[in-house]
Amino acid sequence: MKQVYRRPHSLKKAPFHYCPGCGHSIAHRVIAEVIDEMNLQDKVIGIPPPGCSVFAYHYFDVDMVESAHGRGAAVATGIKRAFPQAIVFTYQGDGDLAAIGTAETIHAANRGERITAIFINNAVYGMTGGQMAPTTLLSQKTTTTPYGRSAQLEGYPLKISEMLALVKGTVYIERTAVSSPANIMKTKKAVRKAFQTQIDDLGFSLVEILSPCPVNWKMAPLEAWQWIEKEMTKEFPLGVIKDVTGK
Amino acid sequence: MPRILLSGNSAIGEGAIRAGCQCYFGYPITPQNELTEYMATHLSRRKGCSFIQAESELSAINMVYGASVAGVRVMTSSSSPGISLKQEGISYLAACQLPAVIVNMSRGGPGLGSISATQSDYFQSTRGGGHGDYRTIVLAPSSVQELADLTHRAFDLADRYLIPVIILGDSMLGQMMEPVEFHHEVPRRLPVRDQALRGAHGRASRFVKTFTSKPTELEEINWSLFRRYRLIEKKETTCESSLVDDAELVVVAFGIAARIAKGAIRKARSNGLKVGLLRPVTLWPFPSEQVKKTAARTKHFLVFEMNMGQMVEDVKLALDGAGEVGFYGRPGGVIPTPSEVFRVVSREYYQRGLSIER
Amino acid sequence: MKGYIEIEEELCKGCLLCLAFCPKEAIAVSEKINAGGYTVVSFNGNGACTGCAVCALVCPEVAIEVYRA
Repeated sequence: MKQVYRRPHSLKKAPFHYCPGCGHSIAHRVIAEVIDEMNLQDKVIGIPPPGCSVFAYHYFDVDMVESAHGRGAAVATGIKRAFPQAIVFTYQGDGDLAAIGTAETIHAANRGERITAIFINNAVYGMTGGQMAPTTLLSQKTTTTPYGRSAQLEGYPLKISEMLALVKGTVYIERTAVSSPANIMKTKKAVRKAFQTQIDDLGFSLVEILSPCPVNWKMAPLEAWQWIEKEMTKEFPLGVIKDVTGK
Repeated sequence: MPRILLSGNSAIGEGAIRAGCQCYFGYPITPQNELTEYMATHLSRRKGCSFIQAESELSAINMVYGASVAGVRVMTSSSSPGISLKQEGISYLAACQLPAVIVNMSRGGPGLGSISATQSDYFQSTRGGGHGDYRTIVLAPSSVQELADLTHRAFDLADRYLIPVIILGDSMLGQMMEPVEFHHEVPRRLPVRDQALRGAHGRASRFVKTFTSKPTELEEINWSLFRRYRLIEKKETTCESSLVDDAELVVVAFGIAARIAKGAIRKARSNGLKVGLLRPVTLWPFPSEQVKKTAARTKHFLVFEMNMGQMVEDVKLALDGAGEVGFYGRPGGVIPTPSEVFRVVSREYYQRGLSIER
Repeated sequence: MKGYIEIEEELCKGCLLCLAFCPKEAIAVSEKINAGGYTVVSFNGNGACTGCAVCALVCPEVAIEVYRA
């Protein structure tokens, strides 16, 4: 019998603190698998934000730097400009990247910084207990949209990845999901391509990952997966949003 | 090294480059634009160096955080409103024990204020400025030469104590031109701090973080920071004193205000008034010992600042009741003249019945 | 036997995603509760497992190792 599946080396042995069925766990593993396969464990610097994934440095066995909320893209810029040989990725939630950090994200992208943004879109602020995020769907209930998000009061779900595709400095943007075996494999392919874009010095790359948050969505894990596949992808369609890598 | 005529802002830029500054992240704001422009001209094309005009001062300080984590000498500059935007980032730098140089050529406040020189950011600079118990070293130049010298010292202090260092200038110092001599050449190899985070090559992975769910862990971090602050206080406190030995009245002033006060003191001395000056160069750590030592000779102090009275509190704290502390301040960016300050000094001198030298 | 899996019970959080996606229904809810208070799943090894690793692919806790003939 041959072992065909094991924990990636770039993932420490520590058990995740994430809730049962949380998408962060799968995203972490997928990224770690890519780091292993591309032999980047000693070149990568990850930047987790405040949020559920603030403890990512307990899980990724790579150099990590915690950033202030929303400032991942700026911190990544500083690191990359100081030491261009590093492969730098930010790991940000929807609030971090598309609310408080919108300006940092757009301008790092516009400068074509050679960094990779991993953007976990779970439509809520997880760590703080399930408040509305920029990507909360219309009529979706959260602790700060108890009557369901209304366009009139809270505006519309923000399509930050499509917006960033208009920015010239971005080279590769894809939206995937960790809500089915097939989508998990596509996520891995996308992360791999994003890192390759950075290695090839082409420009800014971003992978948006639709991610389940069962506890705050008040759903069972499998139900949360189905909600992504059925509801979320209507508002946030999966697929390559931009690819000018020429590869 | 020949002396060259430079504005204060440019002198800081040149001083930083000669100190091995590798990255500069700025944002336009009067009255320090010439510094940002100087770095755009002279740093951006240097081998291995990087210049960015960021999208905001807030983004710039977080780029500083990144570059510092990666182990290089890094600087940002702004003025009062922009420095307010950087406070969260400075708190993170302090928490992570990351060196950085932050230049504040301060202007009138509060609000958008005026673009003229004031010293109204004293509290913000010397009390940490952001959230949490921490301090930053604060250096207060009062000439273009000192701007250049203190810029070099700021980078050394930041690396030696792994602490953010603030240079607190003002718009007058930034705009005025004076001859400057640089005592250092640009280092051939840009310095890289050990313990820099550059990928776990040949070592275990490491992380830099400030969040903790264990209060006792954070308590210990606070204690260790404050042990270091005690050390800095002991080793790096700097204060210039002039004509203090026989002084009956001692003026305490820093930065540009100290230069104005020197003019007033010269005039007072010519009238037989025995007035001296204490000029703190490190605003944090504040030279409390020097103030106390001076109080052994005379009880009479007059604090002169270009604000509503901020450093005066530190003088009173240092004296702890052992002195009579008067205050004269002009906020908003009004530039007091030496003769104006002379009138205040002499009135204070006569009212206190101090002895006149015939 | 074409394949089998090993489940690290202390990592399992009972999310049941592996159970939902296993094409051979080779995983079931067990009676056991781990230290985290979760009811863990178990591999019932009915010889149907082909080592396809879908269970490991969907497992959020990296709790499953897969072996294939």
